[in-house]
Amino acid sequence: MKPFTYERARSPAEAAAAAARRPGAKFIAGGTNLLDLMKLQIEVPAHLIDVNGLALDKVEPTPEGGLRIGALVRNTDLAADERVRRDYAVLSRALLAGATGQLRNKATTAGNLLQRTRCPYFYDTAQPCNKRQPGSGCAAIGGFTRPLAVIGGSEACIATNPSDMAVAMRALDAVVETVRPDGTTRSIPIAEFHRLPGGTPHIETALEAGELITAVTLPPPAGGRQFYRKVRDRASYAFALVSVAAVVQRDGTGRVALGGVAHKPWRVEGAEAELRRGAKPAMAAILDGARPTPENAFKLALAERTLASVLAEARG
Amino acid sequence: MKFDTPAGANPIDQLKVVGQPLDRIDGPLKTTGTAPYAYERHDVAPNQAYGHVVGAGIARGRVTAMDIAAARAAAGVIAIVTTLDTPRLAKAKRNAAPLFGGAEIQHYHQAIAVVVAESFEQARAAAQLIRVSYAREPGRFDLAAAAGSAPLVGGDSEEGSGAPPEDRRGDFEGAFGAAPVRLDQTYTTPDESHAMMEPHASIAAWEGDRLTVWTSSQMIAWGKADLATTLGLPPEKVRLVSPYIGGGFGGKLFLRADAVLAALGARAAGRPVKVALTRPLVANNTTHRPATIQRIRIGAGRDGRITAIAHESTSGNLKDGKPETAVQQSKLLYAGANRLTAMRLAELDLPEGNAMRAPGEAPGLMALEIAMDEMAEKLGLDPVRFRILNDTQVDPEHPERPFSHRQLVECLSRGAERFGWSGRNPKPGERRDGRWLVGMGMAAGFRNNLLTKSAARVRLDREGIVTVETDMTDIGTGSYTIIAQTAAEMMGLPIDKVRVRLGDSDFPVSAGSGGQWGANNSTAGVYAACVKLREAVAQRLGFNSADAAFAEGMVRAGNRSAPLGQAAGEAGLVAEDGIEYGDLAKRYQQSTFAGHFVEVAVDAATGETRVRRMLAVCAAGRILNPKSARSQVIGAMTMGVGAALMEDLVVDKRLGFFVNHDLAGYEVPVHADIPHQEVIFLDEVDPVSSPMKAKGVGELGLCGVGAAIANAVYNATGIRVRDYPITLDKLLDRLPEMA
Ligand SMILES: Cc1cc2nc3c(=O)[nH]c(=O)nc-3n(C[C@H](O)[C@H](O)[C@H](O)COP(=O)(O)OP(=O)(O)OC[C@H]3O[C@@H](n4cnc5c(N)ncnc54)[C@H](O)[C@@H]3O)c2cc1C
Ligand code: SF4
Repeated sequence: MKPFTYERARSPAEAAAAAARRPGAKFIAGGTNLLDLMKLQIEVPAHLIDVNGLALDKVEPTPEGGLRIGALVRNTDLAADERVRRDYAVLSRALLAGATGQLRNKATTAGNLLQRTRCPYFYDTAQPCNKRQPGSGCAAIGGFTRPLAVIGGSEACIATNPSDMAVAMRALDAVVETVRPDGTTRSIPIAEFHRLPGGTPHIETALEAGELITAVTLPPPAGGRQFYRKVRDRASYAFALVSVAAVVQRDGTGRVALGGVAHKPWRVEGAEAELRRGAKPAMAAILDGARPTPENAFKLALAERTLASVLAEARG
Repeated sequence: MKFDTPAGANPIDQLKVVGQPLDRIDGPLKTTGTAPYAYERHDVAPNQAYGHVVGAGIARGRVTAMDIAAARAAAGVIAIVTTLDTPRLAKAKRNAAPLFGGAEIQHYHQAIAVVVAESFEQARAAAQLIRVSYAREPGRFDLAAAAGSAPLVGGDSEEGSGAPPEDRRGDFEGAFGAAPVRLDQTYTTPDESHAMMEPHASIAAWEGDRLTVWTSSQMIAWGKADLATTLGLPPEKVRLVSPYIGGGFGGKLFLRADAVLAALGARAAGRPVKVALTRPLVANNTTHRPATIQRIRIGAGRDGRITAIAHESTSGNLKDGKPETAVQQSKLLYAGANRLTAMRLAELDLPEGNAMRAPGEAPGLMALEIAMDEMAEKLGLDPVRFRILNDTQVDPEHPERPFSHRQLVECLSRGAERFGWSGRNPKPGERRDGRWLVGMGMAAGFRNNLLTKSAARVRLDREGIVTVETDMTDIGTGSYTIIAQTAAEMMGLPIDKVRVRLGDSDFPVSAGSGGQWGANNSTAGVYAACVKLREAVAQRLGFNSADAAFAEGMVRAGNRSAPLGQAAGEAGLVAEDGIEYGDLAKRYQQSTFAGHFVEVAVDAATGETRVRRMLAVCAAGRILNPKSARSQVIGAMTMGVGAALMEDLVVDKRLGFFVNHDLAGYEVPVHADIPHQEVIFLDEVDPVSSPMKAKGVGELGLCGVGAAIANAVYNATGIRVRDYPITLDKLLDRLPEMA
């Protein structure tokens, strides 16, 4: 771990301003992702701004009938929130499918959205990785790709986004609220929040330097039956090979977002019209243009079968 | 004490303490976090500094330069020892590649430096400032590609399973060709990591030319000898201490870089130094279970009797490494007049492959016991019945040699009955429970019982307390407890009057912990020392030792009696002896047996396999402590679930290393993967094995589990996977169509 300085932020705007003042500064929330990466010197912030004291730890109703989730609401608390469990069950289920009880007690809403990839080569600093060290190359392409992306990847990077929570939020059309160093605020629809790798896989989100997440807002409840099916190699405490977040209405229409397949939670709104015709056509449309490797091509069939299983459950 | 005739009646047979399900005597220390593990021994040497090991970032080639200027100048750094300024250290007998020194790199993460600093964080941060230049050389990393030209090589795991390069009985090819029912299949098992909780860790302190290392080692005497060789020290100048070990599974049988670099770092720093290997180094710097490619051929008559059986295994290793002895059990498990076993070894430039829990049998049975299931199906026989039909009570390669005690048939029939095997639908893919496909599978378990000499010292004091000292280790297995039980039984004491001190090279040399030989041999050594102590006690008290009875803390002979402590006097009484074996192991084949039964459910949509129930029925001689033995077996069954369903050290065949080198990438079972587990021990004593009449169980619990799960997956789905681990991607394209 590289030595760093540390401060406690007193307000969101001050936190953002402080981050802009100090080059190489990072916010720290639960620390469950950042600290691990700092130990390996994959992240080397010179300065840490602790945001835990900011009063961003509430889940509140919005005037529109949705929910505003503070950036510091812990994953455990969010999953257990009665309104979330009742009206946004897909989110509660996704959270509970992630990590472990201990980690979820620490992990925050903003930190979860910004957790970094689990590509194994990203973690080995002896190997080239464009995400860790821009321009160094990608050790994963041509190597062990079983857990990696099947769609939306680039010549530079085929990593996946590991978050479960974000997949559910994508299905729910969440909006990320931020404050910038100059004190202005903005709302970023979740669809635009995470980026595809392109030629710059080290730039993962739409956030600007110093920009602080203050909340995530959910629109009024989408209704329907809500599912989160996470498929993995062991029963718990593993990242998704593929996950399916689905909101299915009585008439068979609905929304689907996928985890474990791309650099961002994967949703293709235009494909959802196919849902009434079944999992096969729907998934073909959702994963249209996929470019899997021989090792991870199984994810295409897996995503389709998992969706079929979810749709069967929704019907039954 | 020489043990060369089967044991008669002896004080252990009283079973007042031995054989009782007592709690572990070290349990409270472990559950309160006060058992001192190697890295936490802040008390043993003052002024400890922290060492961080740097591993090579290439798999093969040379280190051409190391720039340590920035690291040297970093905060808190005391010393840096690099491989370029250290002549290559001598390679100890049990290591395949040198642990340090010189420019040549033979495998990924081979140690190239240790940075010593005032704190752990400073050492690690400075280590990351070292810039290394390499000249890469091409390497061989692909077992499948190298297998075709791999030569026949015999070998011994040093962990109890060995086989010559090729072994033939009768005319295998002729009999196989003539057999009306035949199977010829190839099975593969991946590289696996020991993945124990506590990584390799050591604290080293020099006093002049004397070196003491507090470490985490299963085999104190091996470690001491190999550390002396590596550092060029006379063995008497080296002391190893390892009383508590956070798991080993074979990963800590051998000297590794932590101990060597702690010693070199301490010499350079002029202070005691502690070193723990990071998780990635556990995977790539230390040893692993090597991958295998196994071809099995079985020929049988229509009556189900095996007439021909061949098991050939290919594994890879560094030039001086050994083959994985995966064919071992196939020499002994089933009858059949015409037999062939062969092992081939491909030279690879991957990290060293070596013993991991049940080396040989664990991967060997993963293959053989699927083959048996396939063969039973071809014959239209129930798999339990097929195995029973081919039982043998003699070593099939040497029919004049009987098994000392073999209750495989009893394990299988008892297990079948208990598990409800008759409820299994022999037709695969037929049982459904909602979205789950449900199936049952079974396999035979087999692991040899090994005899190896083991010594102990016992002291008696005035208070009647007996203290046992031996360099035996407790790797979480329960050695402390069964040794205390043995001494208590022998000396007629309750267990709380016995103290046990383990894991110090100043103590008499024991069997150590490996090859499931620890329990039987180390307690037999304690038995021998106690026999000597009983004689000394009787003599002190002026009793005739032949009729002295030891019970309730008293010694009685005729109508005389005295408290045990009285014999100790002021100075105490000390006795030291060990067990040594004659040729009983040659005259009798000594093995342990199990029947493993498993029920799994496979998600019909996703192919996720979840184990629902597991049963192991074990025949392994006298069970010294049913509670700790059960813990051993359920732990091993859990490891079997890992091997069957998820464990896989993935090789990057271009770059030559294990890619998923941490516990996020290398998945082992978590609690949610482990369902109901039941263990039954058959009531058995084996007087041929030792005066304890016991055998090992710690590895038996793993042997066969993987195949039982594979067979259950087949029964559930009708899909035969011969390529472990059975992950969902191997099932997906053959699962039922989705609506
Ligand atoms: C062993 C393990 C298993 C896991 N398994 C799963 C899993 O199965 N599924 C899953 O989804 N996740 C999993 N996780 C990841 C876990 O969910 C994340 O580590 C956690 O959500 C991160 O939240 P945090 O508050 O600790 O973030 P931190 O580590 O504090 O921060 C993460 C990043 O977010 C930034 N940040 C934090 N707060 C803000 C803010 N308000 N504004 C702007 N930037 C901010 C930080 O600067 C940092 O870059 C696992 C983690 C571990 C260690
Ligand atoms: S896939 Fe992305 S994260 Fe992985 S090594 Fe390549 S660039 Fe790095």
